[in-house]
Amino acid sequence: PTVDCLDLCQMLTAEPVFQASKYGSLWPLPQKVQISEVSFKLSSASFRIVDAKASSAGPSCSLLQSAYRRYYEYMFGSAKKQWGSKNNRRSDPSDLTELQVWITSPDSECDGYPSVTSDESCEYLLFLVHVMFYRSLETFSQLVSEDEYGAKSINATIINDFPRFQHRGILLDSSRHFLPIKVILSNLETMAMNKINVFHWHIVDEQSFPYLSRTFPQLSEQGAYHPYTHVYTPADVKMVIEFARLRGIRVVPEFDTPGHTQSWGKGQKDLLTPCYSGSKPSGSFGPVNPILNTTYDFMAKFFTEISTVFPDGYIHLGGDEVDFTCWKSNPDIQKFMEQQHFGEDYSKLESFYIQKLLDIVASTKKGYLVWQEVFDNGVKLKPDTVVHVWIGGRSDKEMSNVTAAGYTTILSAPWYLDYISYGQDWQKYYKVEPLNFEGTDEQKKLVIGGEACLWGEYVDATNLTPRLWPRASAVAERLWSAKNVTDIDDAFNRLSLHRCRMVERGIPAEPLFSSYCLHEYKGV
Amino acid sequence: MLTYQNTYLDDLVDLPNTLDHMLEDLLGSQNFETLGLHSVEGVWPLPQSITSSPERYPLNPQAFYFTYGSQSAAQEGCSVLDEAFKRYFSLIFPDYSSGYGFLRFSVDKPFTVQVSVGRNDCDSYPDEDSSEQYTLSVSAGQAYLKAETVWGALRGLETFSQLVYQEDFGSYYVNKTEIEDFPRFQFRGILLDTSRHYLPVQAILKTLDAMAFSKFNVFHWHIVDDPSFPYQSRTFPDLSAKGAFHPMTHIYTQLDVRRVISYARMRGIRVLPEFDSPGHTQSWGKGQSDLLTPCYSGSTPSGTFGPVNPILPSTYKFMATLFKEVSSVFPDSYIHLGGDEVNFSCWKSNPDVRAFMLKMGFGADFTKLEAYYMENIVNLTAALNRTSIVWQDVFDYHERIPKDTVLHIWKGVPASYEAELRAITKAGYRVLLAAPWYINHISYGQDWRNYYTVQPLNFSGTEEQKKLVIGGEVCMWGEYVDATNLTPRLWPRASAAAERLWSDEKQTSDVDKAFPRLKDFRCELLRYFSFSDNAHGIPITHHRTLFYEVCLTYTDASVSLRLQAGYPGRASLCRTLQTRVPRCLIITDHVTFLSI
Repeated sequence: PTVDCLDLCQMLTAEPVFQASKYGSLWPLPQKVQISEVSFKLSSASFRIVDAKASSAGPSCSLLQSAYRRYYEYMFGSAKKQWGSKNNRRSDPSDLTELQVWITSPDSECDGYPSVTSDESCEYLLFLVHVMFYRSLETFSQLVSEDEYGAKSINATIINDFPRFQHRGILLDSSRHFLPIKVILSNLETMAMNKINVFHWHIVDEQSFPYLSRTFPQLSEQGAYHPYTHVYTPADVKMVIEFARLRGIRVVPEFDTPGHTQSWGKGQKDLLTPCYSGSKPSGSFGPVNPILNTTYDFMAKFFTEISTVFPDGYIHLGGDEVDFTCWKSNPDIQKFMEQQHFGEDYSKLESFYIQKLLDIVASTKKGYLVWQEVFDNGVKLKPDTVVHVWIGGRSDKEMSNVTAAGYTTILSAPWYLDYISYGQDWQKYYKVEPLNFEGTDEQKKLVIGGEACLWGEYVDATNLTPRLWPRASAVAERLWSAKNVTDIDDAFNRLSLHRCRMVERGIPAEPLFSSYCLHEYKGV
Repeated sequence: MLTYQNTYLDDLVDLPNTLDHMLEDLLGSQNFETLGLHSVEGVWPLPQSITSSPERYPLNPQAFYFTYGSQSAAQEGCSVLDEAFKRYFSLIFPDYSSGYGFLRFSVDKPFTVQVSVGRNDCDSYPDEDSSEQYTLSVSAGQAYLKAETVWGALRGLETFSQLVYQEDFGSYYVNKTEIEDFPRFQFRGILLDTSRHYLPVQAILKTLDAMAFSKFNVFHWHIVDDPSFPYQSRTFPDLSAKGAFHPMTHIYTQLDVRRVISYARMRGIRVLPEFDSPGHTQSWGKGQSDLLTPCYSGSTPSGTFGPVNPILPSTYKFMATLFKEVSSVFPDSYIHLGGDEVNFSCWKSNPDVRAFMLKMGFGADFTKLEAYYMENIVNLTAALNRTSIVWQDVFDYHERIPKDTVLHIWKGVPASYEAELRAITKAGYRVLLAAPWYINHISYGQDWRNYYTVQPLNFSGTEEQKKLVIGGEVCMWGEYVDATNLTPRLWPRASAAAERLWSDEKQTSDVDKAFPRLKDFRCELLRYFSFSDNAHGIPITHHRTLFYEVCLTYTDASVSLRLQAGYPGRASLCRTLQTRVPRCLIITDHVTFLSI
């Protein structure tokens, strides 16, 4: 007996039965797909991925070359497997021998970083393939199927594809638990399999400060869980950024202030506000101290470093959940409030801090994202600020307000994946419609995407990957595919196969429901 | 912080020694006594009685021995204990076994763990009556572990391994300790479901390892069910050939099963197989025609099948043969027969079944038919000298089951399972509690607290009735679980139930006190499972151990090498060496590191 009666009754009506989708295992579903009956064989010995003659990228584009190899291995397994087979056989007309990759834009962006404006659309016909960016390789590899003898084939297919939303992110939290680099990298790999293009690195928070700053090394020396084993060195960060770049993923770092900063205080004296108990300092500390010039000197230096270490055009500045009690207790702050005529409104003090911080960051030529409270509290924002909506309940109202004020926005409220529950909660994430709020077409255009958040209170390297995947895949399709892709049964059928493909590629993505994969997870 | 700079090639060649010097500097500058904050409360589950003193003894892996006491009934050659000594040596000294053991400060006196058991049951299997009681006495140079059975000795070895801790500098210690221990409940099980998802044998073995760490002693193998039949039967090979998800890759061969049983035996764990019928049998029907009841739609068969067909003699012949095989493959004296969640609609639709009901005088009461079937199956296994365990459903609809049958409670919230406990024990049956430990039901936050605060004997009944509660079981049903997420979903949540089932309830009633202990225990589990981050080949030891790190920076012709040594949360030593070396020098792992 595995379910109590209530569950049982639900199961009897809702038990999913796997059936093959006409779209096979494609995930997220491309914008336009036509799969014909005509099938071509793929032989590992003769198949090549090559640059098209007219492509603006060539062999010197290491990004594409390494992607070719990665996808060749996904499709055919490691080269080792082929040692035994001699290939004297001539390819016959039913063989597909070449995938031509044609980068059509004049600038292939090979050595650049993906940016918020990168074009990820692509179109391809088999044999002749136009590819404008990385994404199509993943799609191509998903079209390859294996029969029971292990032979690979692919149907003649025409795909024209582009993402619905530009910003498709995943937030990982490396402060509440340290995440070893290996875990981050393997999740970047998985993000690419799901066409996720932003890694939102919530790198520091109250609990620990694992970012090793060159300018302020004492921040991690004192503020990390461990100064050597639980830090991200500059080399680590570089590795993450490059690994992400090769997969077309932006790395957006978040340095959340003025709240969520307990760990900063350990290595940076006088940065946090001393709390008072009556007329004496209590020994504990609150948010960043907004009334000292030294605070802003520190932030200026710190964010200058961040702006050079992280190449992305955006930095996430946090700004959420500021607790005013400590500020209220501090006599110096009270005096400052009076001087500034803030009255008793501490959100004005918060705005004062954020405003100054935004000016600092703006001077580094970066754009910024902030959590929704910053907007709610009426802080003056640059027009290109991205407001990140996370508070559940009435997030549609918030989306409506933010876009009415003319700001671009991304949505996370319905996608807090750290909240787990029994059963197929991926369906809940899948059914979200990000543009389901009151507003004009202009307003809706301001929604540039969304993010699935996996906060770290209960997550570390032991459980992160199976908890994130394939639940985040549901979000990935919502953000990539057309608005009308909402058939939950078809999604179940494709996602079942997609999760098995992730498992076969070595990712411990958890199951959707009772079933099996041809190649089960081997990494036990 | 001590810093050394501008030393040259000689130092680089002499790297290990350099490190030793650094360590000595560090050792000399600290007060040892303030560091050893280890607490004996670290043992999980908490022993019945434990006293310890701050007095502690160093353990040197090179002078550490397990021996048999001269009075012990088991001596060298006892497979269970010989194997356990090897296993626990590696668990006690993980760094030593993994090649980190080069750090030696002095040669200590030998330390011996002397094990004595009252019975030589080395070649037997643990069973329902096996004593797991043990006493452990740790003093200078020696620990005495006494138990009635080898199974008790295994529990004592587990406890001893948890008493040993590693100093921040890498040395091992154990405190002077006296322990008397025995389990509160005899049956402490974990159910894994290999039908809804296939679990590779490796995943099962890993779970058995973790079970031993928490002193679980029964692996309830829910091996087949509706979705698939992975058990490869000698007598009926078609059952898995047609009923498994895949006939070659998704089955348990006889060899696999033997391996699981012997692996479990070595850890004092019983393997209790479940072949659930008459419901939950869709997969059986694929390889055994006429076993399941054909459902009817009106007057014609609909092509679908229901529960096992209880009206055919061939059914019982098949079951007798199958259970005969099962009882010869699985040595445990219990067999789980299931008997839960039988859906009557198919039986009702079938005219032959209805005719049988009439003939037997069952009227329209299909529970009578179900009872008739279960009675037959229980009698079959009784004839094979096996005790049956059945899910509570069987008791709920039928009170004529043999007295030695064990009922397994799986339904409901505390109020309802407490009522069920009362009713079943009042009727004089032994009972096993699983309802509060359906661990496959996940939720946000620290749900282990719910598993920890269960009170299995909190129902109104006589002392005699309470004695009939033989234990409890953690169930990990497989709808949403396979090898990708089994381990992190099971541990340490199941460990909470382990303490409830092993330890004294009064001593372990405070869930907040349990929290830091469980946190430590989880870190120990991680260490056992060697969940290490070594992505860059930088040697990093884990947790409370000493660490050392080599940082290389290149310039054109020289390399600057920075060595750091220290221990978590405290000052570290840094030494920078600069020298001219070939560019190709790449330090990739600790072996290279040591042999520079």
